[in-house]
This record gives sequence, structure tokens and C-alpha cells, in this order.
Amino acid sequence: MNTANPALFQASDLNRHNARVQRRYRLLFGLMTLLLITPVLLILGTLLAKGGSAISWEFLFSAPTDGMRTGGVFPALLGTIWLVTVALLLSVPIGIFAAIYLSEYAGDNWFTRIINLAIINLAGVPSIVHALFGLGAFVLFFKFGTSILAASLTLAVMTMPVVIVATRESLQAVPPAFREACWNMGATRWQTIRRVVLPNSITGILTGVILEVSRTAGETAPIMFTGAVFFTPFLPQSVFDQTMALSLHLFVTATQVPGIAEQVPFGVALVLIALVLTMNSVSIAFRMWLRGKKKW
Amino acid sequence: MVDVASPAPLADASQQAVAAVPNKLEVRNLTIRYGSEAALRDVSLSIREHEIFGIIGPANAGKTSFLKAINRMDVFTSGMRVEGEIHFAGRDTRRLNNVYALRSRIGVVFPLPVGLPMTVYDNVALSPRLRGITEKAELDVIVQRCLTRAALWDEVKDRLNALGSLLSGGQQQRLTIARALSQEPDLLMLDEFSIAVDPVTTMRIEDVLKELRQEVTIILVTNLVQQARRLADRTAFFLGGECVEIGVTEDLFTGEVKDQRTRDYVEGRFG
Repeated sequence: MNTANPALFQASDLNRHNARVQRRYRLLFGLMTLLLITPVLLILGTLLAKGGSAISWEFLFSAPTDGMRTGGVFPALLGTIWLVTVALLLSVPIGIFAAIYLSEYAGDNWFTRIINLAIINLAGVPSIVHALFGLGAFVLFFKFGTSILAASLTLAVMTMPVVIVATRESLQAVPPAFREACWNMGATRWQTIRRVVLPNSITGILTGVILEVSRTAGETAPIMFTGAVFFTPFLPQSVFDQTMALSLHLFVTATQVPGIAEQVPFGVALVLIALVLTMNSVSIAFRMWLRGKKKW
Repeated sequence: MVDVASPAPLADASQQAVAAVPNKLEVRNLTIRYGSEAALRDVSLSIREHEIFGIIGPANAGKTSFLKAINRMDVFTSGMRVEGEIHFAGRDTRRLNNVYALRSRIGVVFPLPVGLPMTVYDNVALSPRLRGITEKAELDVIVQRCLTRAALWDEVKDRLNALGSLLSGGQQQRLTIARALSQEPDLLMLDEFSIAVDPVTTMRIEDVLKELRQEVTIILVTNLVQQARRLADRTAFFLGGECVEIGVTEDLFTGEVKDQRTRDYVEGRFG
């Protein structure tokens, strides 16, 4: 005997209303996403259209000549790689170790809460303030002069809070139950960190580092007082040399050189973006390789 | 099967009877506080070698805190303060500097299974590795032995390299037990282990526990009173941070109780 109520699965007014609202929100979120990627596509498109013609082997691998109007960007490209590498070599280990201490060792008390608050605030300090700090501390007080070392230290101080925050977030994303299970076996805190916590947070930590690579490469203010110069005919030989940098070079070619061909600053910007994307994709590939190995 | 001879259901009398058998664990005037709030007040009891000691009681009775205090997890728990004495194998654990050595002698199984995010093999090999065993052949033997004793070997022997966290809930709980056994513990503490496990797996684990009592002392915290009845030699009833009564398990269930609240709880009138 069939007793099924035929009205049971018919859409009621409420059902229809809910479906309508849900469609509207999906449309809203989709539009926002579109809005978000439009500038990215426009920027990349403009750079490619206007600067693409400037790119050549010669542009990449020769020094600028005729007051930046001709020649290439090689000293600036190399300088940016120097600055980013030295800055990250300093900030990433220190930042990660500090984050491990704050997340895994330090107790939850007023002192660590103040430290955490200070770190978050430090991450929000404008880069020009870091620049002046770097000038005062590293260039003048420690007498490093305007050099890669002083500039990289300034960049490191600037990126460290972000590395710490990102690392702490991914450490805390590891469920506490994993730590407790490990401690209960008689593992020390360090054994627990090494065998359980770090393997499961390393991908998140790398994400934080990747974001910092881009930011460090693009920063102009912190390096223009501390280590980057308008023009130098020499390639840097050590961290105590001055250097050119892509971000400053972009500023210079875009605003300070009269009568420069329009394609040159666009070409410089394209090289800078390409450099960042290359560095990012290497770390993204590394992250994907790590993620393929672990998952819970 | 060891102690049924002692007919004393009363807490003080049973403690006298215990004197002949060596005590694995002796707890004196244990009080546990979180901040200003006491989770457990003035508990004294002793647990004999190779017995299964049940602890029953409703939520917030202080059962889990009791286990944490034995394991010295108070060191890693901010705000947790422990007063009183806990003697484990004759040593006062409150005075131990090396809490890691203590914890490595005590296996713990949690209410919710914790498969660590590593392979089944690594889950069980973790504790031996922490002890410094690196040789593959030796680890293989330990892993197989512990998984077999936890009644899991047949189900996972072909996928030892699968992630432990991807096993089913019941399998993960047996994996947790295998991991606890890999510590070669003197004391096994199970905290409501069957809460996330199906009845069939629960019975299998209970059978495992009955066999294990030959070698280890077991503290079984459970909110299933019938589980305590099936397994425990003696049982303590905790209520609101107080140890109401300790007695031979069967006595608690046949009504030979000192305190009316124990009878009410065991018969399911509250809790």
C-alpha cells in the first residue's frame, strides 16, 4: 500500500525563499572574487603589454648605461637577490625559533601576552619607520655603513614579526591532543616538537615565509637609506658592499630619469614580479612535496 | 583473580589487606586544584600490583585529573596544582626530577583515540625510538608484538605504512593501546576508552585488558558501571571531586556499600 504523501517533497515558500537567498549570496561572493583578481590581471597585462618588449637577455644580464636609459638591470636584479637572501637567512631562523618558544615552551601569562601583543604591533609598523630605525641602528650605531648587511638587517627586523605570527599560527593549528599523547609517552617537549609538531606545521610555516619573500623583494623604503643606491658600476662582492636593487631601480627609472623610454620602467617591474613569482613557485613546489608526504 | 580472597569492602579494611601484596601506587591526601577550584579533594587510595582498578563516577568527578596527577602532567598543564603524595613503585613522584622516566613507565589511553599523523608503524615505533632503539629489526618485532596484543595486527599488517590517523575510530583506539603497550609500561591508565568505540571493539579491547593484567597494573576510568563490573577487581566511586567509596567491585554491585550515594549511582538512579 502506498501511503507516501505527494506534497512531502514539494518546495514550500520557505524552501524557495532559502534557495533564492542562497543564490544571491553565492553571486555576491563570486563577484567579490572576480573583483579581487581583476586588478591582478590588469597589472600583469599592462606590464606584459608595455614592458614585454624591453625584456631580452641583454636587459637581464647587463648593467644600465647612459644614465639608466639603455642597457639592463643585472646589478639591480643581483642586488635584490642578495638583499632578500641575507634578510631571510637572518629573519626566518630567528623568527621560527622565537615562535616555537612562544607557542610550545612559554606559559600563558601576562608577560608572554605582552610579548605577543608587541609582536603583532611590530608587524604593523610602517616600513619607513623601520627604514629610519635601520639607518640609526645598523648604518650609524653599528657602523655597517650603507651596505647589504645593514639593509638586510633592516628588512629582517621588518619581516620577523610576520614570520613569528605565521609560524605561531601554524604551530597552534596542530591539535593539542597530539602533543599530550606524545608527552604522556615520556617525550620531552623538544622530542614532541621535532617528531609531531613541526612535521605537521611545516607547510603552514613555509606559507608565511613565502609571503615574506614577496614583501621583502618589493620593499623600497627600508633599503634606500641603508644599503641600496641609485647607481653603482660595481656588482656587490660581499655583504659590506652597497648595491642596486630592483625596487629602488624601478622608482628611479619611473620618476627620476628624464627622457627614458616608457618600456624601461615597465620592464623593470616585470623582472621584479617574475623574480618574486619564481622564488614563490620554488617554495610552493617544496611545500607541495612536503604536503604529499604528510596529512592527518 | 588475585584479590577476591580479601572480603573487606570497607576502604580502611581493604587497605590493611593490601599490605601483603606490594602496592604499585599509593596515593595519600591528594588534592588537585585548577586556580582556586578544587577538582579533587583529599583522596587516599592504594593500587596493587597486577590488579585492574576501576574508577567510576559522573562527569566532573575528578577522574581525569586523578590520572593526570599520577602521570605528573601537572608540570605541563598551566594552572594545575597538586598537593599530597603519590608513590609509584615505592618512589614519591612529587619529588621526581625526571618526570619523563615516570611517564615512559605509564601508558595512557584517552577517551578519544589519538592516531598521531604518522604511519601506523611509526605510531607504535615512536616510544621505542624515543627510548633510543633505532635498529629496524628490533623495532619490527616490537611493532608486531604490540599490534598483535592490541588485537589490531590482522587488520593493519598489510598497511603499516598507511597514516594512523586515517584508520577507523575503533582501530585508532586499538592503535593507541598498541602505542601505550610499546612503552612496555608498568601501569596502564585507560580514561573512558570506549566512548568513541563500537560495542564489538569494546568487547575485544576488554578481552585484551583481561590478558594484560598478567603483566601490568591497570587503572580503568569508566562511566560505564557495567564495564567496571566486568573488568575491575576493586572499584572506587568518585563524585564531585570526592572519593566516596573504594571496595571490591562485586560488593559495590551487590549492595554491600557504605554510602547510599554509591548504591544510587551503581543502580543508575543518578549520574
